[in-house]
Amino acid sequence: MKRVVDSGVRFYLILVLIFLYLPILVMALFAFNKSPLYALPLEFDFIWFRALAENDKLLRAGLNSVLIALANTVIATSLGTMAAVAFGRYTFRGKTLLQALLFPPIAIPWLVIGTAMLFFFFWVAKMMGVPFMARGLHTILLGHVALSLPYVIFVVGARLNDYPKALEEAAATLGATPWLVFCRISVPILAPSVVAAALFAFAVSFDQFVISYFLAPPGVTTLPVEIYTSIRKGFTPEINAISTIIIVISMGLMLIVARFYRFGGERSGDE
Amino acid sequence: MVGKDPEMSEIAVKRAVKRYGSVAALDGVDLTFTDGEFFGLLGPSGSGKTTLLRAIAGLTELDAGEICIDGTDIARIPVHQRNIGMVFQNYALFPHMSAAENIAFGLDVRGVPAGEIKQRVAESLELVRLSGLEGRRPKQLSGGQQQRVALARALVTRPKVLLLDEPLSALDKHLRQEMQIELRRIQRQIGITTIFVTHDQEEALTLSDRVAIFNKGEVVQVGAPRTVYQWPINRFAASFLGEANFLEGRVVGVLGHEARMALPDGSEIVVNHQGLANGARVLVALRPEKISIEPGGSQAPRLNRVIGRIHAATFSGSSLTYRVTVGDRLFIVFEQNKNRPPLPEQSVVTLEWETTDNVVVQP
Repeated sequence: MKRVVDSGVRFYLILVLIFLYLPILVMALFAFNKSPLYALPLEFDFIWFRALAENDKLLRAGLNSVLIALANTVIATSLGTMAAVAFGRYTFRGKTLLQALLFPPIAIPWLVIGTAMLFFFFWVAKMMGVPFMARGLHTILLGHVALSLPYVIFVVGARLNDYPKALEEAAATLGATPWLVFCRISVPILAPSVVAAALFAFAVSFDQFVISYFLAPPGVTTLPVEIYTSIRKGFTPEINAISTIIIVISMGLMLIVARFYRFGGERSGDE
Repeated sequence: MVGKDPEMSEIAVKRAVKRYGSVAALDGVDLTFTDGEFFGLLGPSGSGKTTLLRAIAGLTELDAGEICIDGTDIARIPVHQRNIGMVFQNYALFPHMSAAENIAFGLDVRGVPAGEIKQRVAESLELVRLSGLEGRRPKQLSGGQQQRVALARALVTRPKVLLLDEPLSALDKHLRQEMQIELRRIQRQIGITTIFVTHDQEEALTLSDRVAIFNKGEVVQVGAPRTVYQWPINRFAASFLGEANFLEGRVVGVLGHEARMALPDGSEIVVNHQGLANGARVLVALRPEKISIEPGGSQAPRLNRVIGRIHAATFSGSSLTYRVTVGDRLFIVFEQNKNRPPLPEQSVVTLEWETTDNVVVQP
């Protein structure tokens, strides 16, 4: 009986993996196929990666994406970590309301948020006469920060809730100044979750399409937006090549997140 | 060696008040902890005992009153300069450090040289009998071992006072008893003034030189465990520290320092108490183990003797608990499991006790 259940579970797991990864695998395979028409049989070649290296538009979009994602990572991680510490360690007026307001954006469709942001920036720039707030890379960045902030707060906050305030208090009773408590106790314990949150923030921004698409002014694009535009124009395996690169980066990041977050702080594997 | 501190450390708490909203966690508490004393703060949860401990540590600020160590008000001294050792309820060991690093932390942040740290950590590990486990992370230690690390960490800096917040509550019963003995041994060896919070009355009785019973932010009674147990001041103290039967009646005759008291059902008891006037309403606490229980109900009526019926008998190994109904009153009686089989439920029994067992308490 147990054996039947076991093989059933295994079969189910294999099905899940197939449906998740087979399309990605096929897509990636064609990045290495010479034929521009996706013709079989596969003929291994790096031609599309080379073409990619000469595609200025895609590269510029890629650079934009990386820059925005990096800036977003720094800003969202700093702000989010501070917010998480404030939520976890202090009481202040309006805390519950703020906390409650933080998480619905995760559930609201990006399309809706994107539309709302588009209207907002348009309105502020045109109606309020603040030209700085017109669409551009910086407003895309603002949108990404707003979007990734709840994730950061959630990830760091979960870790903060996990470990008791008594640790910091114990350090203080042992003679550590508040600064030493922060450096020697809070930071090391929170570090894995902050790293995980930073990778999360990077991924949210780097993979973001809708917000970037809505907030990008003509002539400025990010990688996902540029890919979308190319696809509409009819596409070559160059898209497969860039997609493969993105997938490798994203999956790498997420694996690191999992490593830091799941085993956060304990480092049981290091002993 | 983690030696005895040559200086005195007496802690005086004066009219301490702490409010959370409209609730007073401390409502004018006066207490003095003398040098080298093992002092238990006992009370139900929310009675203010932990608040007082945290106020001494500097983790909670008082709204009014003061706390003095050796005559100096410490209100303005921040936590990290108070030189106290504290063991937290769940030990609060730093998860990212080994046992030795945990213990060394207090010395490290004080800038003690590495060589001396090493030596003192080794001594502390020896004191709590953990030598050989210094490289383990807290997660790799058992509850009792974690407790010992926490204790060593709190003591290694040679604090003036040791504060223990429910130190044994996370351990199972067997380990708890072992650690009680261990705690007492270490405290005696070092001679450090120790204040510990507990809601476990047995723990308080076993460990403390003196106890303070807390209720609703106030100190109900202070004294040696034996005294407080023997002479509870009021109903709360009597029922919180141990169990008690309460007899309420009116004084019907006074002879010297003895007063005869009539209970509502007509039976009479004698109390040994100064200054009781005829007709006064009196509350008497009577410990369940002081009552002797005998089968049958044919003895002649006498003072401090009542006849009742066993309503329920509970067997708990070394002892038996009888619930005996006398008229409309319920008596709880403890008896050692000795010499005879348990008395059957519903049987008629005679309860008897000594005059000195009747302790007059405030309501």
